[in-house]
Parts: sequence; C-alpha cells; structure tokens
Amino acid sequence: MTKESTKVIKEPLKVKKVPSFLVSITAVILGVIAGSILILIIGKNPIVGFERLLFGAFSNKRRIGNTLSMSTQLILMGLSFSFAYKTGLFNIGGSGQMLMGGIVSTILGHYLPSSMPKPVYIMIVVIGAVLIGGLWGLIAGFLKAKFNVHEVVSSIMLNWIAYWLVYDFIPRFVKDQAIAVKSKPLDFSRTLGLEWLRKATGMSTLNLGFLFAIIACVVIWFILEKTTLGYNLKAVGANKYCAEYAGIKIQRSIMISMAIAGALAGLAGLTYYCGYSNLMEMGKMPNEGFDGIAVALLGNCSPIGVFFAAIFFGALKMGKGSLAATGIPTELADTIIATIIYFTATSVIIASFWNKIYKKRYEKKKAKLEGEEKK
Amino acid sequence: MSHVIEMLGIRKEFPGIVANDNINLQVEEGEIHAILGENGAGKSTLMSILFGLYQADKGVIKVRGKEVSIKSPNDAFDLGIGMVHQHFQLVHNFTVAENIILGKEGGFVYDIKSASKKIKEISKHYGLEIEPDMVIEDITVGMQQRVEILKMLYRDADILIFDEPTAVLTPQEIDELMVIMKNLASEGKSIILITHKLDEIKRVAKRCTVIRRGKFIGVVDVATTSVNEMAAMMVGRPVSFKVEKAPKTPGEAVLEVENLNVLNNKGVLGVKDFSLSVRRGEIVGIAGVDGNGQTELVEAITGLRKIQSGSIKFLGEDISTLSIKDRNEKGLGHIPEDRQKRGLILSMPIASNMVIKDFDKAPFSKNGILNKDAIRDYSQEIVDKFDVRSGEGIDSLAGMLSGGNQQKAIIGREVTEDPDLLIAVQPTRGLDVGAIEFIHQAIVAQRDKGKAVLLVSFELDEIFNLSDRIAVINSGRLIDIVKTEETDVHDVGLMMAGIKAENKEENK
Ligand SMILES: Nc1ncnc2c1ncn2[C@@H]1O[C@H](COP(=O)(O)OP(=O)(O)O)[C@@H](O)[C@H]1O
Ligand SMILES: [Mg+2]
Repeated sequence: MTKESTKVIKEPLKVKKVPSFLVSITAVILGVIAGSILILIIGKNPIVGFERLLFGAFSNKRRIGNTLSMSTQLILMGLSFSFAYKTGLFNIGGSGQMLMGGIVSTILGHYLPSSMPKPVYIMIVVIGAVLIGGLWGLIAGFLKAKFNVHEVVSSIMLNWIAYWLVYDFIPRFVKDQAIAVKSKPLDFSRTLGLEWLRKATGMSTLNLGFLFAIIACVVIWFILEKTTLGYNLKAVGANKYCAEYAGIKIQRSIMISMAIAGALAGLAGLTYYCGYSNLMEMGKMPNEGFDGIAVALLGNCSPIGVFFAAIFFGALKMGKGSLAATGIPTELADTIIATIIYFTATSVIIASFWNKIYKKRYEKKKAKLEGEEKK
Repeated sequence: MSHVIEMLGIRKEFPGIVANDNINLQVEEGEIHAILGENGAGKSTLMSILFGLYQADKGVIKVRGKEVSIKSPNDAFDLGIGMVHQHFQLVHNFTVAENIILGKEGGFVYDIKSASKKIKEISKHYGLEIEPDMVIEDITVGMQQRVEILKMLYRDADILIFDEPTAVLTPQEIDELMVIMKNLASEGKSIILITHKLDEIKRVAKRCTVIRRGKFIGVVDVATTSVNEMAAMMVGRPVSFKVEKAPKTPGEAVLEVENLNVLNNKGVLGVKDFSLSVRRGEIVGIAGVDGNGQTELVEAITGLRKIQSGSIKFLGEDISTLSIKDRNEKGLGHIPEDRQKRGLILSMPIASNMVIKDFDKAPFSKNGILNKDAIRDYSQEIVDKFDVRSGEGIDSLAGMLSGGNQQKAIIGREVTEDPDLLIAVQPTRGLDVGAIEFIHQAIVAQRDKGKAVLLVSFELDEIFNLSDRIAVINSGRLIDIVKTEETDVHDVGLMMAGIKAENKEENK
C-alpha cells in the first residue's frame, strides 16, 4: 500500500502469453502439414488434395450451405461438451442425448397435425428436443450427484439405452414401409428447412438449425460470462472443495450443468435428423457425439472457439467427398482431423513454444529500450 | 577474510515484477550466511542466479575472487556450488547411492560399489547417518534431505546453498539439520541458508543478509543483532511478536456446542461428546496435536460434515442441520485449514474469489446477472485494505499469489463480511513474521469489535498469544477449558497429551 510497493510492482514491457486461438491455429497448421506429408507418401500432390477439399466445401452456394448445415450439429455438440467440461464434467453422452432429441422431433414431426402453423410447430419440436436431451443429461447428472456414479459410465450406458429406444421407436411409430431400417422421411415443411433459404443456397441442406446454433453460442457465452449460474458452474468445475466451502450446492450444479449440456445435444438431434437429414436410421450411433469433443478441444471450450472449430471440421467433412476424384482416399480427411485433435490435446507444448518466442521478442525489445536509455 | 562468493548489483526482472533489484551478497569462507526475507522477497531468485538456473539481467558474480559467468547448474557444480532445493530432486524408487551418482558428470556409470564406499565415508564424516542402499521412498523426509546434502558433498561442492530447508521438517529433524550444518561449516564448507525463520538464523548463522521486496537492505552480524531488529529490517517496520490485546469482558454466547459427536473419515467418532461455547468479544483457542479431531469439529460447525448427535447453536438457534450457505448467511465466517484446497479457486482471478460466497446477492448480481463493476470495486477494497500484493492486482489468478498474500486475501474476504463468529484454522501456517503479525491483528480486531472467534492452531505460541480461553482437545475429547492467564505452556502441553491437571481441579 505504501508508495514503495507500487514502485516495485511497476509495469514494464510485458511478456505476452499465447492466446488460446493461436494454439488452436497452430494445431490446425500442424495437422495440415502432417496430412500433406501423408499425401506425398502415397505419391499425390498435397496442394491438389487441399484444393479439392476446399473446392468440395466452399466452391459454390450449395456447397457452402451444406458445409454450414453439416457444421450446425458440430457447433451444438461442441457447445454441449464444452459446457459440461467447464463444470468439470466429461459429457461423453452427447450421442445418446442427440438420438433422443432426434427421435422425439421425428415422432412429433409425423404426429403433430400438418395444419399447425410452422412457427408454432417449430417451437414445439425445439422444446421437445431440448427437454428430452436435457432429461437424458440430467439422468447422468443425477446419478453422479446422488450416487456418485461417474458421468462417463452412466453416459455410455445412456447412449446405448437411447440407441435401443430409437431402434424400437422407429418401427413402432415412424416406420417407412419401403425401407424397413429407416424412419419415414419427413415432409420438407416439417423439417427445419426454409423454402427461401434452400433456394438461395442452390438447394443445400442449410436450415434454421444454423440460426439456432448461433443463438446457442451467444446464450452459452452469456451464461458462462455474465450470469451467476455460469459463475457457480465454473467455480464447481475449477475447485469443488472451495465451491462447497463457499456454500455452493455442488450436486445441484452438476445436475444443472449436465441438463444444459444434454439440452444442447438434444437440439443437435433436431437439427441433424430434421434439418440436415429428414429421417433416422435404425442401429446407428451418431458420430457427432465424439466429434463434438474434438470441436470443443480445438475451440478451447469457448463458444466462439467452438463455432469456428465446428465450421472447420464441417468443411473437412463436406470437402472430403471431392478428394476421391484425385485418387486420394477420403479417409485422409479423417486422418487430418485426428492429427489436429492430437495436436490440440498436446496444446501445452504448442503454448510453451509460442511463449518462448514471445519471450525472446520481449527481451530484444527491452535490450533496445535500455540501449536508448543509456544514450 | 576472503569472500568465496560475491554477488554485486544483481538485478532480475520477471514480467510485472523486479524480483532482485541491485542486490549484494558477500559470503566468507567457512561461514554460515543467512539470507532473510519475507515470502516473495526474491531469495530463491537470487540463489537460482547463483546456481545457474536464471541469468541475472545485471550484476557481477565472483567466486573465490574471480569473476565468473554461471550459465547452468553444471557450471555451478564445476565451481563447487551445490544447492538443496525447496523441493527435493530424487528418484523415489532408486536407492540413495543410485540417486547420488545419477546425473553426475560422465552419465550413469554404474560403479555402485566404489560410489557406495565414498558415500559411506562422507556420511560418517559429517554425521549424516545415511546407508547407500536404502530406497528413497522408504526413508523419512529428513533423511531425503540428507541425501540431497550428500549429493552435493559427493560432487565435492564446498559452497552449499539451502533453500528453506526446515519448511518440511519436524522439530527434531530441524535440530539434527542444524547440527549437520554446523559440522559442515567447521569443516570449511561455506553455507548459504535461506529462511524467513529468525530463530534458525540465531541458532546457526554468523552473518545475515536481509532483502525486502527485491531490494538489498543490509548485512548484520547475527550475534549482536536482536531478533526484533532483524524482523524489522525484513518487514520494513517494527514487528511485535506479542499481539496487543486489551482485556475485555465477553458478552452473550454466539456459538454453543453441546455433546457433539462427529464421525471422522475412517467412520469412527473423531469428535466425542464435545461441548464448548464462544462468546462475543472473546477468542477461544483450541489447542491440540494435529489429528485429534480439530478438523472434524470445525467441519461439523461449518456444515462441511454431518454430525452424529449433539447440537450446535448459533445465537441460540440450532444450526446443525442447516446448509453451509444458510450458516454462512447467518454470520459464520471460516478461514479454512487448507487455503489452496478450500480457501481459494486458484485458477480464477482474485476478484472472483472475493465474492465466492456472495456472488448471487446484491450488489454483485441482480436477477442472475453479474455486476462486474461492483465485484471489482469490492475486491479492490479488500485488496487495498488487507495489503494483498500481486502482479496484476485483482486480475491476478489466485494461484499466482504467494502463500501469505493468498491468506491475506482469504482473511480479507472473511473479515469484510463481518461475521458474528469467525473460525480461523491454522491461519498463519507457513507464513513469515510480517504476515503473521498482520493476520493476528486482524483476528484480534474482530474480537475487539465484539465478535466471537474460534481459533484452531497447532502452534502453542499462537494459541497463547491470541486466545482469551484455551480449550484442549485430545482424541476428539475436550480435556479442559482454561483461561489463558491461569495456565502455562507446560500444563497445556500435558493436557494435549491427554493428562488433565487433576490436583489443580481439587484445589478449587
Ligand atoms: N519464474 C518466475 N516468473 C515470474 N515471476 C517469478 C518467477 N520466479 C519468482 N517470481 C516472482 O519473483 C518474486 C520473488 O520470488 P522468490 O525469489 O521465489 O521469493 P522468495 O524465495 O524470497 O520467497 C515473487 O514475487 C515471485 O512471484
Ligand atoms: Mg523461495
């Protein structure tokens, strides 16, 4: 408090700490380099390969639309994982929550009267998907809070329960007479698709879901940064012993966090099965549950980071179809994704690399300043 | 006398802080030279520079009169400088001998036999009592430290640096270390002892260099300088070891614990039939050896642990079934035993930590939306008032603060709430004199304001210094409650061992 202390703790030039997005971008670049090497090894031209990937993802309105539409689920699933993660929970149950959101929306889509105005209809399916997904997350949260069952264990079991429920519900409620293993396709008017948007994007699958995903990003960001709920959940995630000491109800926080994470995944089920697609297949566990983890990692679990990471992964997924023409196996795109995940998982190393560079720069600047001082 | 080490005008800057600012250190051959400074004063930094872990921004280092540049610990070893770090650097499943020859120049040359022989000789010579083929994980912390010392001696170091060596030792082990250090010095080794404990300096050191907040304050001759003078140099103002406390008549009971039984983690009773009351305007100290039920008692009162039977009354109302939050809101403050586990969220900034109990109330939030400005203003107030020092003020992550500043932040948070009952558990553990004095004053100030304070400490000094009454706990039972002025350390010590002063009772 004395003058002296403020003098010692002065602010000289600061060594910058590496921002997390730079770490993510570095991981992406390293992943691309690794992919290029792979392409070289199989004797093809990596530049052509990546050109095809970009072509497949962005070369026209329809492709851009499809890329964004593919990214929609990834955004929501990435958000879902990130949100639970901030509370210290590992929501590996995204797939099940997504399936439940999908099946409830699909059934509602078939059974709600077609005379119902579209805004009302959409409101109902959104609520349905969010509620069922939230319930699926809440069950895992409840088991953790009350019986200390680890959320990973219960989530995996809930994934399979959802899987078999869907397996049973498709033939029971929404059977397609023509193809026995799929649900009846929903009429376009009963999906999240919008006629004008479809036309504007050259008949792509882009739908209202993308808007929902953006809204979800904003809402989750707001919750985490601006609300007491976000503070509460982050405190539990960062140090549950201190949170408990401070009077925060940990069990309640765990349940809320899992329910919100589940709700986001449920919404992803709606956008996937009744937006991107218009039917559900029996016996298929959606990959998005796991892709969401990758998105969250690459996006550093922040809503904005998740948004861009999801679009990036979405582009890889959409673009890889065009790789085949060059003779490069489409699995390559998956390999790149895997490599990037690997590099993000080792982000500590990348961060320390950047921090060293910053430090060198800082030392140079300081030396220069001191030199000037002497003059 | 010749100087084996001279560090002149040393400067080292870290982002946002000057850790060493024009520091001088001159160590004579064969002396034990202490470096005294509060936590964060820059002692470890200075030694890391001498040992080649950091490079000084400015300054000159001379070893045995010759100017040197020490670029790495290997350079330091070549100059005969060895260091025992605060955290030992031993491989746990290796034997003593393996640890000692591991990393010695030439790599891992596995000539364990001759190494063992040399180790035995050194160990005997300096009274270290270390067997070369004992495995590290099987030996005590005190012995591990002696292995670190052996490591230096094995490499023929004759300038030995000890960075806060007693922090991890029991009182008996400290005594042994002091003897070893004296032996080493009498054999001609020069020793640099870093510490913030004045009594250790008094016991072994010849001279003492004092640094404060990165600045060189002075060198004193230990024999002719009083503990108070050294403390004043370290802290920058006179320090009183005795807390000023005016007599005060206690008021109504704030906390009444009756026949309390609480289970411990092993599922047996950790607190047995315990009764105690704390009144307004008094500090009741709970004395006892660690692990005699103090933790369970405090957790039961604060709501972190369920009770088996009995009652806990707060201002007349039974709170034993209330939630932690309800108890906090009724006016119960708690300085927890483990400041890093319970007291703070280390990965969050100070500002967030200051409102961890109140973030959901006005003015810190409204309708579930946080009011960041109110939170910042409030935290800034606490940080200013309690002199919490950090690189980036209230935006510093709690984990970046030194222990003393973390504790000041916690105490600031708890005291600013002005609780009717403040429970302080080991409030000064591991802190230096300046911080201890500050914290003791804050605790006494609560009492003087007419609040009740329950103090739990394993340091008898602290208990006697602060308490109006002393309750002694042993094996979860209350042995007795006595007025501080009517007892002494000897009696309380006996009670801590479970022996009640029976005849005094009869005399009454
Ligand atoms: N590597 C580092 N990076 C940034 N700051 C540091 C580093 N090491 C020490 N400091 C800061 O320098 C100051 C002095 O620290 P230190 O030398 O460890 O003190 P002491 O050993 O006297 O307790 C402290 O404020 C500490 O936070
Ligand atoms: Mg230190």
